Order: sequence, then C-alpha cells, then structure tokens
Amino acid sequence: MSGITPSQTVGPYFKYGLTPNGEYEWNDAFDGNLVTPDTSGERIRVEGTVYDGDGKIVPDCMLEIWQADSQGRFSDPQDKRALPNTSFRGFGRVGTSKDGTYAFDTIKPGQVADPDGKPQAPHILMAVFARGMLLHLYTRIYFGGEAANAADPVLALVPADRRATLIAQQANCTGNAVYRFDIHLQGDNETVFFEV
Amino acid sequence: MTLAYPISSLKAHPARLSPDYKSTVKRSPQKPLIIMRHTLSELTGPVYGHETVRENDNDLTIQHKGEPLGERIIVHGHVLDEDGRGVPNTLVELWQANACGRYIHVVDQHPAPLDPNFTGAGRTTSDASGYYKFITIKPGAYPWGNHHNAWRPAHIHFSVFGHSFVSRLVTQMYFPGDPLFPFDPIFNSVTDAAARERMISSFDLENTKPEWALAYRFNIVLRGKNATPMETK
Repeated sequence: MSGITPSQTVGPYFKYGLTPNGEYEWNDAFDGNLVTPDTSGERIRVEGTVYDGDGKIVPDCMLEIWQADSQGRFSDPQDKRALPNTSFRGFGRVGTSKDGTYAFDTIKPGQVADPDGKPQAPHILMAVFARGMLLHLYTRIYFGGEAANAADPVLALVPADRRATLIAQQANCTGNAVYRFDIHLQGDNETVFFEV
Repeated sequence: MTLAYPISSLKAHPARLSPDYKSTVKRSPQKPLIIMRHTLSELTGPVYGHETVRENDNDLTIQHKGEPLGERIIVHGHVLDEDGRGVPNTLVELWQANACGRYIHVVDQHPAPLDPNFTGAGRTTSDASGYYKFITIKPGAYPWGNHHNAWRPAHIHFSVFGHSFVSRLVTQMYFPGDPLFPFDPIFNSVTDAAARERMISSFDLENTKPEWALAYRFNIVLRGKNATPMETK
C-alpha cells in the first residue's frame, strides 16, 4: 500500500448515523454512559461546552473518549497486563447539544505507565470531530486536584501557561463528582491538542 | 522520539486550516499541536465486534417497509493497515444522503424529497481478512452554502476504528469520474493527487450482480505500526 486514506470532515449531518440519541430511526452503537453495574471505581461526570474561534458554541460536534478502568487497564487485548477487568469498555461517544454542551458518565481512570514505565496521571483521551474540521483533534482530560499531575510526563511537554486547558476542574456539587472540561477549538484559551 | 505509529503517515491528511472550505477558518487550532510519544493510552483502542451490529444493518435498502428509490449499489472492500494487512473484526459505520441528495438530518433544508424508505445509516464489522460489504443506493450530489453554486460530489461518509485510538478515521468515499471534483474544496483539501485518488471508489464489474446492482470497491487504509522505518528524533 502507498499511504493511508485521507481524513474528511464528519460534516453537519452525522447525527442520524453516529449519535441518533432517539431522535432518528437508528440505534446508537455508543453513547455517553460508560458505566455498567459491575464497574468498579469512582463514578464521575465529565461535562463541558465546545467553542469555536469566535467564542461561539459548536452545536454540531462529535466527541469520543477512550480511557482505562479504575485500575489503569484498557479493555483491549493489546493491553496484555494481567489485571482483572470488569465489563467496562472505556469508550464513549456523544454529539454536542444545541447549546454546544456535552456530558459523559464514567469512572475516574487509574494510572497508566508511559513507555519508560513512569506513571502518567489519570487521564482520558478525547477525539473531537465537527463540520469545519477536516481531521479530528486529540486532546487529554486530566483531573484538577490530582497530585500525580505534577509528575505527568505528557503534561510536562505542554507549556506551563497552557496546561490548565487540559485539566478538568471539579464542580461544586453533591453526589458523584462532576468535572468541567470546556473545549476551545481556537483562540486565547485554545485547548491543547496533540499530534499523535 | 520513537513512535509506534509514524506520524509521517499523517501527511496524507488535509491541512486543518483549508480556507477554501470556509468552516475550517474558526474551527482549526492556531497554536502548535504538542508532539508526544504514544503511550498505552494511544496504542490501545475500543474493540467492538458483532454484538454492536444487528442483522441487516449493512443493507440500507431493507430497513423500511418498501425499497428506497434510486440506483441500488454494492459498496465493498477491505479495511487494511498501511502495511497491507487486513484489519479484522473492526467496526465500519456509514451514513449518506438519499438518491436525491437529501439527508434525513433535520438541519438539511435542500428542497429535494426525503424518501420514507431510506434512513441512510448502516454499520458492519470487517471479517477475519478485513473485508466488509454494504448494500445501499447511490447518493445524489447536493448544494451547500460554502460559496456561490457550491455542490458536493456524491459521497458516502465512513467511520472506522482500526487497531488503536490513533488509527481512528472518518472519511468520505467518492464515485469515479465525478464532474464536481475540481470544484469541491473538501475533496481538494487533500492536496496530494495520489492521496485524493484513495478516496475514490472504483467501479467493480466483476462483483456487479447481473439484473440487480452495480458494485463499487473501496479499500480503507489506516495507519500501520511499521509503515515506514521508526522515526528517531
């Protein structure tokens, strides 16, 4: 083969196929609730709003997350570590609402080592797709108040004045923890994205 | 820096800021992306197989009481990685306009008729060799607001997972010989001519079913782990 198939935008009309959410005659393969009854770990919600370069909300965005379980294990046979796992799949997909907001119900992931065996702070990978985006963007959601952030090898690559864009902050509420993670595709508060 | 999936493979993709496609102007980052080593988080990915797909989800012509209008077609091919290996048991999703160029999405206001017998969504999994197959109808071209007299070439949207979260791909499959190619800023956002060709399906007479449906072949090539010698930075 001589090269990969190029990416093209998800466009404005993906909702009925990828995130129908009961609004179309098509079932959801995935949704924003990753928690199954036997999932162990701290149940959390990650929510936020997506903004464009003018600070306008992005109501036609698709967000996907991929994460380890509470022990830091991925639901993928390529993760060959002998750790017990539940039926937690670690993948979620939502479309933003008309007001540009999104939410995932999941668990706080455990720590995963980097290629040198150094522990990374708990984090969730996120892929961002939208009309006007010819190729999706990857970012990482870290957690405010997490001591391991200080030694995280990936956060250390990010200029100090931009790191805050990657750290979800816990909202003041009762019940399960809610972490706020807004995404700015462009502008002064532009979210840090990774070339992976 | 050693990367399990070489980032050199990414040069086939369009630039995120492609001003001829106007919506990219406010939706593309202006600050540099951070290059990092792939960790287990990037090297693993969601594994979804047959439990996600219902019988007949890959046949968009039998999802309603009647048959949709339009030209019935077979769209099939292999999901491969860049090393030429089939990607087995991976989820392939598609969505598309109907034969008149109208999407069922509520935001689509193109004054062409909806088809009560066509939703335009499908999914399947590749088999052990990476092969997948859909039956659908050929979508129509449709106008959009990017510039005066802007029309999208007929296309089918594809969403594919692959071996890891960094092999994730959303793309569009086009049909051979479309006269709209030279005028479409989304198609032409891919600046390399050979890479653009990889988004165009080929007419497949051999698999065309007599008295029933034309076939188009579309191979989807995802990033491979050893596509080029490991980079050292």
